[in-house]
Amino acid sequence: MSLVAQALRWTKAHLVLALGIVVLVYMFVPIAVVVLMSFNDPGKSKNVYRFHDFTLHNWAHPCGPAGMCHAVGISVGIGLLATLVATIIGTMAAFGLVRHEFRGRSFANTVIFLPMASPEIVMGSSLLALFVARGFGGRLGFWTIFIAHVMFCLSFVIVTVKARLSGLDDNLEQAAMDLYANERETFWRVTFPLVLPGILAAALLAFSLSFDDFIITNLNAGQTTTFPMFVWGAAQRGVPMQVNVIGTVMFLIAIVLVVGGEVNNRRQTRALAR
Amino acid sequence: MSQASEGSRSLHLSQVTKEFAAFRAVDSLDLDVPHGSFFALLGPSGCGKTTTLRMVAGLETPTSGTIRIGDTDITYAKPYQRPVNTVFQSYALFPHLDVHENVAFGLRRRKSKEVDRQVSEMLALVELESQARKKPAQLSGGQQQRVALARALINRPDVLLLDEPLGALDLKLRRSMQIELKRIQTEVGLTFVHVTHDQEEAMTMADTVAVMNAGVIEQMGAPAELYENPRTTFVANFLGQSNLIAGKVVGREGDFVKVDMHGIVVSVPFDRAHTDGGEGWVGIRPEKVLVAEVGEDIDAPGNHLEGGVVTDVSFVGVSTQYLVRMPWGQELQVFEQNTGRRRLFTHGEKVDISWRPEYAFLLDASQDAHAGIEEE
Amino acid sequence: MAAITAPARATEDTAKRVGGGRWTAYWLLAPGALWLLLFFVVPFYSLVSASLFDPNGSVLTGYDVTYHVGNFGTAVKNYYPELLRSLWYAGLATLVCLVIGYVLAYAIAFKAGRWRNLLLVLVIAPFFTSFLLRTLSWKLILSDHGFIVDLFQKVHILGSDGRLLNTWFAVVSGIVYNFLPFMVLPLYASLEKIDGRLIEAAGDLYASPFTAFFKVTWPLSLPGVVAGTLLTFIPAAGDFINAQLLGGPGQRMVGNVIQSLFTSTQDYAAAGALSVILMALIVGLVLVYIRKVGTEELV
Repeated sequence: MSLVAQALRWTKAHLVLALGIVVLVYMFVPIAVVVLMSFNDPGKSKNVYRFHDFTLHNWAHPCGPAGMCHAVGISVGIGLLATLVATIIGTMAAFGLVRHEFRGRSFANTVIFLPMASPEIVMGSSLLALFVARGFGGRLGFWTIFIAHVMFCLSFVIVTVKARLSGLDDNLEQAAMDLYANERETFWRVTFPLVLPGILAAALLAFSLSFDDFIITNLNAGQTTTFPMFVWGAAQRGVPMQVNVIGTVMFLIAIVLVVGGEVNNRRQTRALAR
Repeated sequence: MSQASEGSRSLHLSQVTKEFAAFRAVDSLDLDVPHGSFFALLGPSGCGKTTTLRMVAGLETPTSGTIRIGDTDITYAKPYQRPVNTVFQSYALFPHLDVHENVAFGLRRRKSKEVDRQVSEMLALVELESQARKKPAQLSGGQQQRVALARALINRPDVLLLDEPLGALDLKLRRSMQIELKRIQTEVGLTFVHVTHDQEEAMTMADTVAVMNAGVIEQMGAPAELYENPRTTFVANFLGQSNLIAGKVVGREGDFVKVDMHGIVVSVPFDRAHTDGGEGWVGIRPEKVLVAEVGEDIDAPGNHLEGGVVTDVSFVGVSTQYLVRMPWGQELQVFEQNTGRRRLFTHGEKVDISWRPEYAFLLDASQDAHAGIEEE
Repeated sequence: MAAITAPARATEDTAKRVGGGRWTAYWLLAPGALWLLLFFVVPFYSLVSASLFDPNGSVLTGYDVTYHVGNFGTAVKNYYPELLRSLWYAGLATLVCLVIGYVLAYAIAFKAGRWRNLLLVLVIAPFFTSFLLRTLSWKLILSDHGFIVDLFQKVHILGSDGRLLNTWFAVVSGIVYNFLPFMVLPLYASLEKIDGRLIEAAGDLYASPFTAFFKVTWPLSLPGVVAGTLLTFIPAAGDFINAQLLGGPGQRMVGNVIQSLFTSTQDYAAAGALSVILMALIVGLVLVYIRKVGTEELV
C-alpha cells in the first residue's frame, strides 16, 4: 500500500518524466514480444500470433526453417560489405566537407541530406528503373542490393562522422604539429584516433540499416532473398518462430555494443568528477 | 652555454605584418626577445598579440616581414620544423593519451632517446609524477595546465610560447601558478614569450613587457618603468589607472615643465614629458594623489590643487578610493592606503588634493584620454 | 567588428592548411559524390523516363519512352484513394508522433538528469530489431483475441466482434510506433540546446509554466519540430509495410500499389508515374510547410 502511495507521489512530482518513461515502455513492448515469441512453441496451432507454449526448441535449432539461415547469411554478407564501403567513402567525404572550404559545399550538404528525406519506395523504384533501363533487369541480386545499400547508408555515415569531426578541437592538431608531428603523423596519431568512435558508430548504424532494409532491397533483389525478405515472404503464410531468435540476437548484439560504448563514456566522466 | 650561442638563440621579428582580408591584425612589428628572458606581450583582446604568437609558432604565416631565431629564418618553416613550442590557452592536451604519453609526444616524434626517463624527470619538475598514467580528463584545471607546460618544456625549445595559459584557472590558482611558472622559467633558463590581457599577470611574471594595441607595440620595458612612466594614454590607462587632466605647457623651469591645468599651474619632470606641442594630458596615478582637509598642510610640496569636493567614497579594505570633483568639473580618482593614521572623508566634503611633481607625467594631447580603459 | 571576426578567420585559415588544398577536398568527396550521383540522382531521371514509357510495353518486349504523359492521368484516376490515404495516414501519424515524441524528448532533455544518455540509447535501441519483426509484433498485440482487443471489447470501445487488425487504427498506430525515434531525436537535439535558466527566467517574470512553455520552450524547439515532422512524415507517406501487415484491402497505401505494380504486375509505366506523383506531392507539401513554419533550418 505504502509502496503504491510512494509511486503515486513520485509520479505527481515527476509527471513529465513519468510520461516519458511510459512512452519508452511503449517503444519496448514489441521488442519484448519478439523475445517472448522466440520461446514460443506454436504446437499444432496455425495461429502464429499467439503465445502457446514455452520451448527452447527455436533457440536449439535456429536454422530449422528452410532457407532462413541462408537469407541471414546473405544479409550479413551484404551488410558487412556495404558497411565497409559506405564507411570508408563516407568518412572520406565527411573529412572533405568539414576540413575544406570549396565551391559547392552547401550544395553537397544538401545532396547528402536528400536520401535521408526521400521515401524509400521512391528511391527503390528509381534504382530499379535505372537498372532495368541499363539492361540489368535480369541480373538483379547481391550486387544491385549492395549498390543500393551503400547509397542509402552513405548519408547516415557522412552525417555521423561529420558531427564527430566538427566537434573536434582543432587546437589538438595544431598542438601535434607544434610538437614536431608532420601532417601524416598528426593525422594518424591525433585526428584519426579521436574521430574513430564516430566512425565506429557510423559503421554500426550502417550495418543495422543495411541488415534491416526491406523496401529498397525488395525492389532490387531479383531472386536473391535477404533476411527481411524471408520474413516478409513467411509473413504471408505464417512466420516460423526462429525469426524471433534472429531478431533477439541482433538486438542483443547491438545493445551490447551501444551500452558498452556508453558505459565506457560514463566511466571516463565519473573519473573526471573524482 | 657561451655568450655567443645564447645570443644566437634569441627571437627577432622584423617588419612583421599579418592581414586577414581587409583587417590588419599585426602592423610592421619589430621585436627582439633576448635569450633566457621572460617576455610578456600584453594587450586587450583583438590587439594582435595572439596572432603574433601564432606566427612565431608557425600556425599563421605573416603577410610580410621575417621571423628569425638567432640567424635562422623561420618565417615560412612548418610548425614542426621550428625549435618553438606552445602552451595553448585551452591546453589542447590529447584526450586519448595519458599524461605520460602527452608529455612524451614531442620527444617520440623526434626519435629522442631515453624518453621515459626524461618524461619522469619533467613530471617531477611540475610535481605530477603520481598522475603519469591518468588521462587528461581526469585531472584538475591546474594539473592540466602543468601537463601542457611539461609537454612543451620537455623539448627544450629555444622559445616557449604561452598563450594566456592561466586564463582558465580561478584567481587563487592563477596566483600560485604565476609564481610556479616564474620558478620553472628561472630553473630551466629558456626564453618564455607570454601572451596575456591581464596586466597584473604580465607585471608580476615578466622581466620585459610589451604593451600591444591595434597591431603595434605602444611601449616596451620593465614593468615598473612602464607603470611609472607611461608614454601613451593607452599604456597609462591599460596598465593600472590614471587621472589624465588637459593642460597647456606654459614654460620650463630647470628640470621641470610648467603646465597650466584649468588655471592651476603644476610641474612635471622634463624627462617624463612625452609631448611635442604646447598642449598635453597631465597624468597622475590615483595612489600618488593625496587628499586633505581644506588648508591642511600635507607632505607633497609642489602641485597643490584646491576646491575639490568628494563625490564618492568606496572603502575597499586595504585602501579607500575617492572620487573628487575639481572646480573644472572633472572627477579625479584618489586611492589612499588605510594606514589608520588619517580619517575617512565623507561624501560632499570639501577637500584639497596634491601630489609630488616627480610622480606626474605629460602625454601628447593628440591621443584619446580614454584609450585603453577596459569596458567591463 | 574586424577585431571580432579576426580569430575566426585565423582558425579557418589553419584548418585549411592542416587539411591541404581544395583539390584534396574534391578527391575526398569524389567516391561518395559519384556514388550518390550514379545511384541516387541519375535514378530519378530513369524514374521520370519510366513514368513516360509507352504503357503497352512489357519487361519482355521492352519499353519505349514515348513521352506518354497520359500515364500520370491514368495513375491519378486509378489510385487517387491510395494517394490521399497515404498523405492522411502519414499526416495523422506525424501529429501523434509529435505529441508523444515531444513528451519523451522533453523528459530526456530536462528531467532525466544523469540518466539522459542511457535514455537516449533506449530511444535508438528499437532501431536494432528488425522493422518487420517489430511490425509483426504489433500484429500479435492487436490480434483478434489479444489483450488490447479484449480490453476494448470489455469497455465497449469495440463491439463484441469488433477487431483492430485491418483497420486504419492499426495501420496508423503501426506507423506511429515505427517512426517515433525519427521524431524524438531531432526534437531532443533542439530541446537540449535550450538553456534551462530561460524557462526559470520566464517563471521569474510571472509566466505560468503553461505560458513559459508556449512562449519560450516551444518557439525555441521549432527547428527540431520541423526536422522531426519531416523525417517522420516523408518515410511514413511512402511506407507500405504497416499497411500490408496490419491493414486490409481497405487500408492500402500508395506504397503498396507502387510495390505491387513493380514486382507483381511489372507495369513500370504506371509504377513510375505513381512514384513521381508521390515524390512531387511530398516535395510540394514540404515546401508549403516550411514556408508556413518560416524556418530554413533543416536538421
